[in-house]
Amino acid sequence: MKLFLTHNIDTKDLHSIKVYKKQGGYGSLEKAFAKKPDEIVQMVKDSGLRGRGGAGFPTGLKWSFLAKDVFPRYLACNADESEPGTCKDRVLLQKNPHLLIEGMILCAYACQIETAYIYLRGEFYDLAEIMDKALEEAYEAGYLGANILGSGMNLEMYTHLGAGAYICGEESALLNSLEGMRGEPRLKPPFPAVEGLYGKPTVVNNVETLCAVVPIMNEGPEAYAAVGTEKSKGTKLVSVSGHVKKPGNYEIPMGLPTRDLIYDLAGGIRDDNELKAWIPGGSSVPMLPASLVDTPYDYEAIAAAGSMLGSGALIVMDHTTNVVEEALRLAGFYMHESCGKCTPCREGTRWLHQILSDIHLKKGKESNIALLEDICDNMSFKCFCPLGDAAVAPVISSIQNFREDYEELLNLAKAGTAS
Amino acid sequence: MFTFSESSEKQIEKIMKKYPVKRSAILPLLALAQRQDGYITPEAMVEIGKRIDCSPAYVQSVCSFYTMFYTKPVGKYVIQFCINISCHLLGCDDLLEYTANKLNIKVGETTADNKITLLKEECLAECSAAPVMRLNDTYHTNLTREKIDQILDSLD
Ligand SMILES: Cc1cc2nc3c(=O)[nH]c(=O)nc-3n(C[C@H](O)[C@H](O)[C@H](O)COP(=O)(O)O)c2cc1C
Ligand code: SF4
Ligand code: FES
Repeated sequence: MKLFLTHNIDTKDLHSIKVYKKQGGYGSLEKAFAKKPDEIVQMVKDSGLRGRGGAGFPTGLKWSFLAKDVFPRYLACNADESEPGTCKDRVLLQKNPHLLIEGMILCAYACQIETAYIYLRGEFYDLAEIMDKALEEAYEAGYLGANILGSGMNLEMYTHLGAGAYICGEESALLNSLEGMRGEPRLKPPFPAVEGLYGKPTVVNNVETLCAVVPIMNEGPEAYAAVGTEKSKGTKLVSVSGHVKKPGNYEIPMGLPTRDLIYDLAGGIRDDNELKAWIPGGSSVPMLPASLVDTPYDYEAIAAAGSMLGSGALIVMDHTTNVVEEALRLAGFYMHESCGKCTPCREGTRWLHQILSDIHLKKGKESNIALLEDICDNMSFKCFCPLGDAAVAPVISSIQNFREDYEELLNLAKAGTAS
Repeated sequence: MFTFSESSEKQIEKIMKKYPVKRSAILPLLALAQRQDGYITPEAMVEIGKRIDCSPAYVQSVCSFYTMFYTKPVGKYVIQFCINISCHLLGCDDLLEYTANKLNIKVGETTADNKITLLKEECLAECSAAPVMRLNDTYHTNLTREKIDQILDSLD
């Protein structure tokens, strides 16, 4: 299997610049500096790379949307990694920090950016220390700072730690947080590419996205695009968690059947139990039944199956799971993380949690399912930012695909009141 | 009265250089104050406000948005116990209850000797090594009752 991001991840001391350089690290910069910035943007477009943070937006296209001739511009690397189930960026940050720095330098060169921030979730204090050390090494080696490798390019790069707020992973909330405000989302448009950090054109990209730019530069966009499917190019780092024998982060070519991911790479279901449900891309996307486990793991196929690839976090549930209990857990999460700015989300997440909690405690009524659907309908596409839609996904999909789990609890409630 | 320590001041110097706008330093400064005192006092907010040209009320409004900032004293050790889906699928509820019983406190409380605060947290981004907790800055993964015993017993 061709890997682009993790082929050498277990090399001893890869996080140190010495070892990283021995592995060919920072070799892409000379190649890049021999080209014009626009050519790099075109290469990233040609590679078919799409954002790995959740939305899957084409990366080269995003870079080409930067407001023309407006400077300074900023780069914000999204290392907030807070989507439940997702723990892939941490692998790159921890084991290969220089790959991220190199990818960010390439992005900065392509987009004519001179200041870049890495926004890490507050809990990643230890990873920020690793990143800071790597940044120091990169400055010393002349890959950061003024006139990098004599190219005339200048770039300052800094880490910035958040302080515990899922919503700060949403790009505009991230920028507000970085500006020293409460991490509430901004109205879009204007998009960050036009008015981002400090009102200036800004690129926001996920850790994995920026890392992928390095092999695209080194091996060429064709080599990258040769892996994967027609519309989902390259490889994806997938976090597999839940009821599998070997949970972990696996880099796979896009389009690998989900079955192979669960049963081969992750070793199958614990105790050889039966698969019941799986969430393809983190808590914010619809959960799917076992019958769809042959779906290829790529953007289009998972969308056609009724869900989304999201952040690439595959959460696996075996037949002992009552799906309502998991939907309740996620409803609690969204209630806690709703920033409170808009009413449908602030109120809706509370109602969803309350009703699911009643059902789970066998105090539900038959009308509750319709009520849940009604609340979801009042939230879908009516919230200020995508967190509201995310909160709806586990509820609606669990009702659609696992209605029997709800009915079981509602029947128990009925039997309880009858006796 | 709140004053930043000498070593904090050195860090502040570096922090202020990172941003073109002073206000951007608010989270790092709050984090520094918390590292110094264990939690963030109103006096610290006043001082931070002065450093970034913002009112104490503004500092408080930002501070209150983020769950990692404590405005009341916490124990020498803070445990953040993940209760989100991947950890839940692997039995975190039982382990959290076990931990609370062992410490003889409820979730959200601090032991009587002010040593350990036990908090439940949302996903800590170590889901494929669930169940997971953070103890101050250190992650502990693949938790079991035995592991929790070992960890708690090793704290001084
Ligand atoms: C509620 C919410 C949380 C998000 N959290 C993250 C996150 O933790 N990490 C991330 O990279 N993107 C996250 N995103 C997506 C970002 O808004 C943005 O699309 C992404 O960082 C863009 O980078 P990409 O194009 O490289 O994917 C989140 C979005 C929403 C709505
Ligand atoms: S949808 Fe939720 S998280 Fe997004 S702005 Fe509204 S309240 Fe805040
Ligand atoms: S769900 Fe517990 S660390 Fe992610």
